[in-house]
Amino acid sequence: MPVTIRIPTYLAAFAGGLNSLAIEGSPATVAEALESLWRGSPGLKDRILDEQGEVRQHINIFVGEEAIRFADGLSTKVPNGAEILVVPAVSGG
Amino acid sequence: MPSVRHVSAKKGDVIVLVGTMKGAFVLRSNAARKKWDVGGPYSIGSPVYAMAFDQRQGRHRIWWAQQSFRWGTVLCSSDDYGKTITEPEAYSVKFPPESKLTLKNIWQIALGRADDPDTLYCGVEPAALFESHDAGKSWTPVKGLLDHPHRDRWVPGGGGMCLHTIVPDPVDPKRMTIAISTAGTYRTDDGGATWQARNQGVRAEFLPDKYPEFGQCVHKIVQHPSKPGRLFLQNHWGLYRSDDAGNSWKDIANGVPSDFGFCMVIHPHDPDTVYIVPIESDEYRCTPEGKLRVYRTRNAGESWEPLTRGLPQKNAMETILRDSLAADTCDPAGIYFGTRSGKVYGSSDDGKSWQAILEGLPPVVCVRAALVGEGGKDSPRRRGGAEKRKVQAKRSTSRKAPARRAAKSRPRAGKR
Repeated sequence: MPVTIRIPTYLAAFAGGLNSLAIEGSPATVAEALESLWRGSPGLKDRILDEQGEVRQHINIFVGEEAIRFADGLSTKVPNGAEILVVPAVSGG
Repeated sequence: MPSVRHVSAKKGDVIVLVGTMKGAFVLRSNAARKKWDVGGPYSIGSPVYAMAFDQRQGRHRIWWAQQSFRWGTVLCSSDDYGKTITEPEAYSVKFPPESKLTLKNIWQIALGRADDPDTLYCGVEPAALFESHDAGKSWTPVKGLLDHPHRDRWVPGGGGMCLHTIVPDPVDPKRMTIAISTAGTYRTDDGGATWQARNQGVRAEFLPDKYPEFGQCVHKIVQHPSKPGRLFLQNHWGLYRSDDAGNSWKDIANGVPSDFGFCMVIHPHDPDTVYIVPIESDEYRCTPEGKLRVYRTRNAGESWEPLTRGLPQKNAMETILRDSLAADTCDPAGIYFGTRSGKVYGSSDDGKSWQAILEGLPPVVCVRAALVGEGGKDSPRRRGGAEKRKVQAKRSTSRKAPARRAAKSRPRAGKR
């Protein structure tokens, strides 16, 4: 089963209009899955990660229902067939 | 989401760019500057702290910084007053990994000298200066400032630790003055390799040593191209002039209700005429006595006069921020300012009288003005291949299918 990454509507413009992208291969970690994502949709990278390679402060990434912020960050393991969600945090004004 | 309108401008028109906390607007009028068409909003929902209009080489390119607390800050541009917008896939202004810094905001977009038409500068938060020598395609931080020995002792002001003012010298290509809150004024005389603090005589009211080498909270510096050795400075408490390119500063708060304020602009044709909007104090941060008054000096700060005709003189608790006052280059000059309460005022007679141009905007954080067609050569410059990645304006304003189609057509190849 391929790993799927779901992105918010705002970012779909940088992913060929798609909200859900299947990742080729078997990424072992979130970082590997995202690397694969950038290859197909380079415009997503700077919008999800800052220039130091960290997930932007007001973006949450989940593997299934687990927030990577409270797991191993970008090193969080990705099970076969997992769904990765990129979700804007509830913040701002 | 609001619907987006566009303006068109021709030679002889005047445009006013307005950056707000929820997007950018483009205002257009003819030379009379009485009736205004309003274009926008662009980058809906995003704070736009910096805008610029580049007419060099016949361009008519609007630049703006689209900030998002989620997605970061990206430089956008449009060559047709917002109808089509270039939002690059890869962000062009970013810190190198070894700096360990991350871009929070772009506070200033400044054009290089007229004889250096592909050069642009950005002042950013955390405080740094970026430069582009290929008309904004690629940007690099100015290392002499990024690695400045004072950096560890610079501290953020209320708005963050931002480099908000860039004054390239109109005569000496190696000289530039910049201002940082709160670090003060710095100048390079060697093209950015080294930077010296230039704060002698400028008060730091909030420090035990009131006149330190650096650490002042400068809010804005202006210069007239015909007198490059003279600078005017609006400080966080203090109003100053330098007659030696910033080596020393003299207090010129002569007859103003408060020497606290943010914004400052110089008259386009008279190097002795400067405009400010005094603010009562750094605690209150509103116009004194509930009166909205622009103050003007016509003698380089020897005296100041209030300009009030057409401006509310009762219950006007307004704040005009550091980049929210601008002038066009018409004669008589148009002077424009925007308020934190979302109003834009304009004068078409050097400030003698004012009218409300627009109300009900989000808080205004940036205003720029220009006479269209003042760019030099008539033939517009064409953009290169890498710049053809255009996102239709609808992309910013709607998330419907056409936007996705537009995005899909962008080439994938990434780095600029």
